[in-house]
Amino acid sequence: MTDLDEYGRRARAWLDANASDLPRDPDLATCRAFMAELYDAGYSGITWPSEYGGQGLSAAEERAFQQASRDHRLPVGPFGIGLGMCGPTLLSIGTEEHKKRYIRPLLRGEEIWCQMFSEPGAGSDVASLQTRAVLDGDAWVVNGQKVWTSVARQADYGLLIARTDPDAVKHQGITMFIIDMHDPGVTVRPLRDMSGDSHFNEIFFDDVRVAPDQVVGEVNGGWSAAVTTLLHERVSIGMGATRTERAASFGNMAAAARERGLLEDPAVREQLIDLYLQERAFDLFNARLSQEVKAGIQPGARGSIAKLLLAELTLASSDVASEILGADAVAYEEGGGTIARALAFAPGMALGGGTNEIMRNIIGDRVLGLPREPQVDRGVPFRELKVGTQAKEAGK
Amino acid sequence: MKLILTDDQRELAGSVRSFLADVAPMARVREVAESDEPYDARLWERMCGELGLAGLAVPEEYGGAGAGHAEVAAVQEELGAALTPSPFLASAVLAANVLLEAADEEAAKAYLPGIAAGTTVAAVSVPGDGPAPAVRAGDRLDGTLPHVVNGADADLVLLVADGGLFAVESGAEGLARTPLTVLDLTRPQARLSLDGTPARRIGSGEGVQRALELAAVALAAEQLGGLRHCLDAMVEYAKLRVQFGRYVGSFQGVKHKLADMHCTLEQAESVVRYAAWAADESAEELPVAAALAQSYMGRAYFQVAKDSLLLHGGIGFTWEHDAHLYYKRAKSSQLLLGSPRHHRAHLAESLGLLA
Repeated sequence: MTDLDEYGRRARAWLDANASDLPRDPDLATCRAFMAELYDAGYSGITWPSEYGGQGLSAAEERAFQQASRDHRLPVGPFGIGLGMCGPTLLSIGTEEHKKRYIRPLLRGEEIWCQMFSEPGAGSDVASLQTRAVLDGDAWVVNGQKVWTSVARQADYGLLIARTDPDAVKHQGITMFIIDMHDPGVTVRPLRDMSGDSHFNEIFFDDVRVAPDQVVGEVNGGWSAAVTTLLHERVSIGMGATRTERAASFGNMAAAARERGLLEDPAVREQLIDLYLQERAFDLFNARLSQEVKAGIQPGARGSIAKLLLAELTLASSDVASEILGADAVAYEEGGGTIARALAFAPGMALGGGTNEIMRNIIGDRVLGLPREPQVDRGVPFRELKVGTQAKEAGK
Repeated sequence: MKLILTDDQRELAGSVRSFLADVAPMARVREVAESDEPYDARLWERMCGELGLAGLAVPEEYGGAGAGHAEVAAVQEELGAALTPSPFLASAVLAANVLLEAADEEAAKAYLPGIAAGTTVAAVSVPGDGPAPAVRAGDRLDGTLPHVVNGADADLVLLVADGGLFAVESGAEGLARTPLTVLDLTRPQARLSLDGTPARRIGSGEGVQRALELAAVALAAEQLGGLRHCLDAMVEYAKLRVQFGRYVGSFQGVKHKLADMHCTLEQAESVVRYAAWAADESAEELPVAAALAQSYMGRAYFQVAKDSLLLHGGIGFTWEHDAHLYYKRAKSSQLLLGSPRHHRAHLAESLGLLA
């Protein structure tokens, strides 16, 4: 048995002992307690540097752990943004003090992180953001609004990008800050989405004072960090999908059709075959992408392909599923409604982390190397752009 | 499950690619396509002699190299990308697999060494293409084989009749061959009629289904190569062609379509690698994998070939541009081993939807 096999075997044993009898919908306290245990057992931040609280191991151990945890549903949801996006950003461009102060509590689930990029007027074009940070004596003063922020209500800290130089062109006047979410000037309001739940929040900043040592990276150099963070997000959305359950899967729908005696109907069989082909082609592509990563080929912008295909599959499968189930899909008694939920969630997959149209731009520009669209805002100071509320002012 | 090529497979594909670029560039492909020759005989000789391609997956005991179906797939991908006019699919894939799966040692010994060397070109009448011929006493056959790839020039034709597999040799009594006019000029087909034609019975025909599945995988790989070529050609053109003062690839109407075509390519490659893996490693998964490969690739290749042609604009509709050659190959390939509905019905059956 190799060391790696042994590592995976011990991880599996630990998970069997500690992650088997967890509630299906864990509350925050349960999540925090589990995260602390996970950290103390050495399975949080496996590849993160040990001087800041990580385990300092290689990607091979990380994969072995992921492999071992496949059959467990780990209650780590509230920490996903911190572990997947904020932490890696701090590790790559944060100061020594940031790393010493923030990484260990993040890995142990003691402090929850969120990420504040999008704004009402800055969706696909995040770089047109208008939230301002102005240096006033010994602190930056932040005013503005963010939207689509997950876990903001639970978060202790957040990474914010704000405009610090409106006279520069739009990508160059942006700075990244660490925000204390408990500051009295920070107001978090849940945003009810079309599923009826509140997965996201709106955040309002009202004269929030931030110390200069909470700047991440260079002042006016926050855009490149934000881009790296977003690439991480797309790869994790696209590739993570195979591990989550798909209510409208071919298997579930074939079983439902059989139960209802619908397999006799050639039209239903045709729909099921279409669903199978789309689902299987997506799964095989994801499997191939993982094999490439293991072989040392980095996916890069191809993560956008997985994300786009998953969005298309999610939209199509919930649609097909509802046609197969008929009226039951949209009107049901207590305890039903799996497909109705899938229908209500599906558009989110095609919008969050970049819309399908943005994914197609990225695939065209970065995977195929096609010429970019002419940009009308190139070289123009931010102050003069038609952007967000500025666009309305310009129209007056 | 292995979904990425090994170094050896990449090397094999690379050497076939540079060989074809050198010996059978598009100008030569067109010359053969527009001539009366069914394929480039001199090229075929070199493919078999120098590269040993015809015997690639034939076991060594019959004069082949004993490689796997994944290696055949890697070669097919290159042949599909280059539209190479050769009897590789008919003889080295279809006929060789039918003979290998027939469990008839004597027939294998009689025919496979010639097929592996490329000196015998064999063809197969795909079962289901018209009613099966009738078998008279003394194994003489009557009937019609409506569409046989390389049927006019093959030295040997394999067919299924009366629950058995038969071989008819060229020049046999009562065998008449009529070359068909074909949409896809790079792949000849013929109608064969049998009138009391003597045939050799080869086993029960039980292995034919598996042989067709293996051919479905090899054809899917060829389709993948063509699909990739169509996308590459249009991506390249979108970076050169200017309209309205911009490269056409900078328009979202073009860019987004190309992005979708690329997504199709990524999935197509994954499906083909999986099917090729199943062909070598999993007899159990092969029926589903082969039906999946044909159901997916038939439509995917034609869709991409069509969109690539259309995105080229008017030039794509001209005879001198290559886009129509791929468009036509995509369509003929989609119908070669049965129509998409045939493969989808197979898939439905394998997935238990008919039970």
